[in-house]
Amino acid sequence: MSEQETVTTLLSVPTIGEKHGMELFADLVAEVSSTTKTNDKLDALVNYFAAAPEKDKVWVIALFSGRRPKRIVNSTQLWTWCIELADLPAWLFAESYHTVGDLAETISLLLPEAVVAQPEPSSAVEPFLSDSTSQPVFTLLPQHSLQKSLSFYFEKFIEIEKQDESIRKQFILESWQQMNQNEKFVFNKLITGNFRIGVSQKTMVNALAKTVSLSSSVIAHRISGNWDPVTTSFTEMLSQESVSIDHSKPYPFYLAYAFEEELETLGEPGDWQAEWKWDGIRGQLIKRNNELFVWSRGEELMTDKFPEYHVLKDLLPEGLVLDGEIIPSRDGKPLPFALLQTRIGRKNVTKKQLQEAPISFFAYDLLEYDGEDWRTKTMSERRHQLENIIHSFSHPSLLLSPVIEFSSWDELTAIRSQAREMNSEGLMLKRKSSAYQVGRKRGDWWKWKIDPLTIDAVMIYAQKGSGRRSNLYTDYTFAVKDGDKLVAFTKAYSGLTDKEFGQVDSFVKRNSIEKFGPVRTVKPELVFEIAFEGIAASNRHKSGVALRFPRISRWRKDKKPDEINTIEDLKSMLQVYGKGGVGRE
Amino acid sequence: MALIEFTDKGLFCRQGDFYIDPWRPVDRAVITHAHSDHARPGSKYYLCHHFTKPILQLRLGDNDYHCADWNETIFLNGVKVSLHPAGHIIGSAQIRVEYNGEVWVVSGDYKIEDDGLSGVFEPVRCHTFISESTFGLPIYHWKPQQEIFENVTKWINKNRENAQTSVLIAYSLGKAQRLLEGIKETTQDIFVHGAIWNIHEVLLNAGWKLPKVQRLTPDTPKESYKGSVVIAPPGAEGSPWMKRFSPYSVGVCSGWMQVRGNARRRNVDAGFALSDHADWKGLLQAVKATGAEKVFVTHGFQAAFSRYLQENGIEAGEVKTEYGGEEEEVLTNVEIEKVPENE
Repeated sequence: MSEQETVTTLLSVPTIGEKHGMELFADLVAEVSSTTKTNDKLDALVNYFAAAPEKDKVWVIALFSGRRPKRIVNSTQLWTWCIELADLPAWLFAESYHTVGDLAETISLLLPEAVVAQPEPSSAVEPFLSDSTSQPVFTLLPQHSLQKSLSFYFEKFIEIEKQDESIRKQFILESWQQMNQNEKFVFNKLITGNFRIGVSQKTMVNALAKTVSLSSSVIAHRISGNWDPVTTSFTEMLSQESVSIDHSKPYPFYLAYAFEEELETLGEPGDWQAEWKWDGIRGQLIKRNNELFVWSRGEELMTDKFPEYHVLKDLLPEGLVLDGEIIPSRDGKPLPFALLQTRIGRKNVTKKQLQEAPISFFAYDLLEYDGEDWRTKTMSERRHQLENIIHSFSHPSLLLSPVIEFSSWDELTAIRSQAREMNSEGLMLKRKSSAYQVGRKRGDWWKWKIDPLTIDAVMIYAQKGSGRRSNLYTDYTFAVKDGDKLVAFTKAYSGLTDKEFGQVDSFVKRNSIEKFGPVRTVKPELVFEIAFEGIAASNRHKSGVALRFPRISRWRKDKKPDEINTIEDLKSMLQVYGKGGVGRE
Repeated sequence: MALIEFTDKGLFCRQGDFYIDPWRPVDRAVITHAHSDHARPGSKYYLCHHFTKPILQLRLGDNDYHCADWNETIFLNGVKVSLHPAGHIIGSAQIRVEYNGEVWVVSGDYKIEDDGLSGVFEPVRCHTFISESTFGLPIYHWKPQQEIFENVTKWINKNRENAQTSVLIAYSLGKAQRLLEGIKETTQDIFVHGAIWNIHEVLLNAGWKLPKVQRLTPDTPKESYKGSVVIAPPGAEGSPWMKRFSPYSVGVCSGWMQVRGNARRRNVDAGFALSDHADWKGLLQAVKATGAEKVFVTHGFQAAFSRYLQENGIEAGEVKTEYGGEEEEVLTNVEIEKVPENE
């Protein structure tokens, strides 16, 4: 003990007790991910904003509002370097990964702690069965990242992003050796472009509102749009005086909760506007300063991805912001979402894609007109003006998302049942007197999705999950009957309670037949009802069908494996509902 | 014939006619330690360390108990049997079995770090070593217990500032006593669940010096919990029994807390990776110190650990046992009554 204390004293950095950028941030991440209570998250953020360096705060805002850094390394490189540094066989790395369920965390656990005062700092474990009889002496001394700030790392990421692999490797290896486990975890998340954290933008906005004296709706607007964390300062962004001249800046989206009550609870049908709920990308179309901008709900500027819209720059009036859905369509009719997916990931859209998956903007709200913020006006007023604008010119790239006429709730229920044929997910219900609010709010807007299709199936494979389900068998493959055989047709990951997952996990551990890597074949005994939104023919699947958004709707403990549905049942569903092509998976 | 065979009742020494930690009733059982997955009821004769006996009496009732001291040689049918500290919990032993010059050691559960209560793990030279592997992956490496207790202390202090009760979840035999030692400087205000109290009392009567605790009863006034520390076994976690401590914060002390997902899934406020099992390095160190030519790996990550040993020149194999219930209870804590059993 005394020996270790001496070492600590000798090597401790002068600023004792004071945490610097990266460690402070890693603590914040650990704190917000260890609680589910919004208030605790809010407190952690407020404390962070009070203590962190100015520049780091800007990066945190960027990060938490969806501006993740580009990844500077791929998974394979990362695990290769980890294996090298930790001196482990690849299979053992894989085994560890399947248990932890998260690459960044696995690596943070496998890498040696920052080691000081040791002859060979790069080896993790003393070479096994070496001749030396002495015990390895490890002095665990996290070096607190040698006082590096979060912004140092972000700037470094940008600097080395395009550089040679060897330079990136050197930077990553050096960084690892200077970090404690928490920091390594966060660092790995950042460099793989995988950083996600359990804090909603709303919570972050509220924390900022507490930190600087501005209302949360002003902050939500300030931090949206097209700004660069490298050149923006915290004061610039959030001081009361700062004036925004960013013409591209979108408004925060108003989001709806799912409607699960009886329709009668909404009151008079006449107070409500109903629309089809489209299955596309929610977006804002902005025309300001004689420029056109297209934003996705994920706050990604997507103007260049949709050349179809560019002509609108000359057609639309100045000072206009529309809310609507980006969807593929032909002759004014929506096409399946899968078509959009074929071009969304591409850097450059090809002519062929433009022909096969033409995109339209189905507008349903008006947020700014003639340079004036219209969000506080009523839905009816906004809708009326929106119709005027769109009717004033005619172009296939900009369509009006229709309002559904109905006079009673029963009539609306009947209309909803046709949603699948419309390539729609259900209905949107909007109170005619509603303002356009910020973020997800209850009361005035509801999404009312159609009931899913269901089928009873038996579990045949299980695999361990990731994140909060790591080391637990939570990812299952299901089969239906095909004569006296079973045929796998879908995977599903969600829908059971934690307790049920625990029970199934225990069943899997006791009833495994074979093990293929992380996958176990399981005695076909547990029956589940699988719900899904759509079904399409697929030649990539053995069963010949692909399901859309499959999930477990309930555990049929009352059913035996021979009472499940058959492949014929699936095929007849395909006949009825499967006209839309391959579904989204 | 192997000195120890793997049978459906447990590890069996035919020559000595005894089982080690059998999971079915047998004529003669040698017990490594008093956790319920290793010490099961119904056998006609039990041999254990004398620290273990009072706990077995509490858990299994009156039986024909025989005790041995550390390193004391007992002959069973001419087979030489002795007990050596395993460092897992109070009284936990490795069982050394020798016949005709051949030596086997059954580790039971063990840890390398000295917790001040469980004895110091003694490396025992042998030809064949049967080792546990509960945490047999390199992702498991424990921090020094001092550092963990400092974190627990900080957490308790923070809860006290917020007028919250700190509820610590720890296995009632072993972890709870170790935890008490670790936090006794922090607070005098410690309440324990009845299950922990029972063990506590038995240990006090057996002469162990343990920090002072108060037993929780339905009559304990609610105000007395405020800012205090409560230690409860895993079964209590998330149960209605916990409501009385509100407002409270839950911290789980278990090696499984090393991985974030486990802590998040259980929705606990804090996880402390405090384990009474050896971590990866500890397992390797223990195996190496035995000098064994052959290693059998039981409960835990036996496939990975035995493969790693193989690749490093030690003949190793996996053995299926029914141990591991203790940490699994901590891990999942769910009822499994509805799930069909099929061994």
